[in-house]
Amino acid sequence: MYRYDQFDAQIVRERVAQFRGQVTRRLSGELLEDEFKPLRLQNGVYLQLHAYMLRIAIPYGQLSPRQLRRLAEIARDYDKGYGHFTTRQNIQFNWVALKDIPDVLEKLAEVEMHAIQTSGNCIRNTTTDHYAGAAQDEVLDPRAWCEIIRQWSTFHPEFAFLPRKFKIAVTAAEHDRAAIRVHDVGLHIRRQGGETGFEVHVGGGQGRTPHIAALVNPFVPEARILDYLEAIMRVYNRYGRRDNKYKARIKILVSELGEAEYIRQVEEEFAAQRPDEKIDLPAEEIARIHAYFAPPPLGAKPEVSNRFEAAKAADPVFARWARVNLHPHKTPGYASVTVSLKPLGVAPGDATDTQMEVVADLAEKYGYGDIRVSHAQNLILPHIALDDLPAVHAALDAAGLGAANESRITDMIVCPGLDFCNLANARSIPVALEVQKLFADPAYEEDIGKLHINVSGCINACGHHHVGHIGILGVDRKGEEFYQILLGGRADEKAALGEIVGPGLKADDVPGAIHRVVEFYRARRTSPAEKFIDTLERLGHQPFQEALYAAG
Amino acid sequence: MPLVKDGAEIANDWSFVPDGAVLPDAGKVSVSLGRFLALKQGQENGPLPDGVRLGPEDDPAALESYLPELSLIEIDFPRYTDGRGYSQAQLLRRRFGYAGELRAVGHVLRDQIFYMHRSGIDAYETRRAGLSQVLEALAEFTEAYQPAASGPAAVFRKRHGA
Repeated sequence: MYRYDQFDAQIVRERVAQFRGQVTRRLSGELLEDEFKPLRLQNGVYLQLHAYMLRIAIPYGQLSPRQLRRLAEIARDYDKGYGHFTTRQNIQFNWVALKDIPDVLEKLAEVEMHAIQTSGNCIRNTTTDHYAGAAQDEVLDPRAWCEIIRQWSTFHPEFAFLPRKFKIAVTAAEHDRAAIRVHDVGLHIRRQGGETGFEVHVGGGQGRTPHIAALVNPFVPEARILDYLEAIMRVYNRYGRRDNKYKARIKILVSELGEAEYIRQVEEEFAAQRPDEKIDLPAEEIARIHAYFAPPPLGAKPEVSNRFEAAKAADPVFARWARVNLHPHKTPGYASVTVSLKPLGVAPGDATDTQMEVVADLAEKYGYGDIRVSHAQNLILPHIALDDLPAVHAALDAAGLGAANESRITDMIVCPGLDFCNLANARSIPVALEVQKLFADPAYEEDIGKLHINVSGCINACGHHHVGHIGILGVDRKGEEFYQILLGGRADEKAALGEIVGPGLKADDVPGAIHRVVEFYRARRTSPAEKFIDTLERLGHQPFQEALYAAG
Repeated sequence: MPLVKDGAEIANDWSFVPDGAVLPDAGKVSVSLGRFLALKQGQENGPLPDGVRLGPEDDPAALESYLPELSLIEIDFPRYTDGRGYSQAQLLRRRFGYAGELRAVGHVLRDQIFYMHRSGIDAYETRRAGLSQVLEALAEFTEAYQPAASGPAAVFRKRHGA
C-alpha cells in the first residue's frame, strides 16, 4: 500500500496545525459558526443531532493493521468504543468533542491518515473496488490511480468551493463493484492496444434526483486523465448551479445542458489547455506510485487446500461461511474474505474497538497486512491462504464477526437515519434490524441467494436505496414514519435505478412485505441459481408489487 | 477593509464605479466587465478605465485581447462559498497570461487566502483579516500536490528533481 514520503507527511502535519488554529479561533469566537462551517466540513466535522461527528478518510478503503489499531484506539479514547464504516469506505465517529478533534487528527497523522475533504463542497475520498489487487477480473490494480487522484485533489486550489460535493469512483474490473455509474465521475480503467486509459462517466448520482452517469469519453489515455479531470471540474465549477443546493450536483448540469452539449463543453475546455497548463505527470511518478501497490509475496499454493476441504466437511457453519463470504483470488490457493459488519441486531457498518483489533491482528498474521473497507460497509481481508481460512473464521466468529451473509439479504447498506442524523425523516436502523430478524436463519438466507437491500432514512439517499435490488426509503408524513419500497435498482455494470412500487408502508408492515416479495421470488425462480434481480427482470415488477401488497 | 499585497498592508487608491454612475476623468478606476466592453467597443462614451471588476458569472475570455492595457482586475467573491473566482483567476494567469494585479474583493476571509494565492490572486481586500493573519494564512502550507498559477512547485515534480 502507499506510504507517505516527506512531502505527504508535511502536508498532513500542516493541515493538523491549520485546523487546530481554526478550532481555536472558533472557540474564542473570532470565527463565526457560519464562517467555520465550510472549514470544519472540509475536515470531516459535522454537527449532528447529539454531538459533533468526525469522518476520517480511508483513501480507496485501504487500511494497514497499524492504522486500524489506531482507529480502535480513537474509538476507545474519544468515542463510545465503536466506529461506523461508511458507504464511502470511510469511518465516522459520532461522539467526539470538538476540542479533542485536533488531537485526534494528530494521532491520525502519526499513522499517515487524515480527515481532509471528507465533507464539504469539494472533491471527496476516491473510492474503488474493495477486491482491488486480488480480483481475477481486473486489468490492473486501480488503487495506484486512486492514490494519484487523491494527491491531485487534495487542497486543489481551484476546486475547494464547488457548487456541491464531488465524488469519484474507479474500477478496473468488468464486474463493477465500485458503483461508478452512480458517482459524479466514474472511471473504468481499460487497456487498449497495450495502452492504459480511462472510460469516463460523468453525472451519476443518487439523492433526490438520481441519475445514471453519461458516458463522456470512451478512452482518455492515462497520461492525460488528470488534465481531463481538470476540464470536467472547471466546467462544473464555473457553470454548475449555485442558486439551489438541491440542483447543484454535476448530474443536474449534465442533464440541463444535455449530454451532447455537456461533452462539447468539456472537450472544448480540455482542448484549450495550453502546454504549460497541462499537469503532465511524469512517467517516473506514475511508476513510483504503482510500485507501492505491487502484489504481496503470495507463496505458490496448490489450487485445492486439504486443510480447507477437511474443515468444510467437518463444520457446516464454517462451510456455509466459506460458500458465502469468500471471493475468488487471482492467485490459486488464496481467497478474499469478507468480514461482515452486519451481524444480527447491530447497526450495519459498526465495529467495536476490540473487533477492529481482531481484524488488524488477523491481517497481520494471515493477510499480508492488507485490510479494505467495502462500500457495502464491511471489512475485507483480500489475501488469505485457503489453508488459513479455518483459523481466520474461528477468530472472527469469536469476536462476533462470523456472519455468513456477504451480498445476502441481511448484508444491508443502511444510513444512520433519524437516530443520529439531523437530515433524516425516518429511522433506518430499527427497520433494517426488523427485516434482518425475518431472515435470521442462515440456511434460509443462503437459499435466497444474492439480494441487496438498501435503506435510507430520507431522500438524500445515503443508504443507496435507489440502487438496492430492494430499496427502502423512509419518509415523514404528518409526523409519522412511512417507508416506500423500490424494486429493481442495481449499482453494478448494469446500473439501474429502482422504481417506487406504490404507497408507503408503516414500519411494522415493512418486514412482512419484504418477506412476501422474497417468497414470491423463491416460488417463481427457474432454479436457485437464478438471482432475485434476474427473476425480477424476467417477470417484471407487477407480480412482485402484487405480492408486496398482498397482506390479508 | 484591509488591503494586503506583496507582504504589506497598502492603501487602496482604486475605486470601483458602479454601472450608471459618472466616470471620473482621471484616477484609478475599475468598472464592471459589461461597462468596460461597452466603453471599449464604443457603445458608451467616456474615459477608459484601466481596471475591471469581474462578477462570478463573467467570462474572463472576454478580456483576453485587452489584458495588456489593464493594471487591475478585481475578482468579486459575493459569498465565501462561491468558488467561481478561483477558476477565473487560474484562467487569467495561466491561459491568458495576465501579469497585472489580481485582487480578491467581496466576502474575503482569512481561510480562503491560501487557495486564492495559489490561483494567482496577489492582492486581498479582506473583510477583517489584517496583515499578520494574511501572512499566517499564506504560510500554512509549504508544499502543494498540483501545479497552479502560483505557490510552490507541485510535489510530483519535486520528487523527480524538478
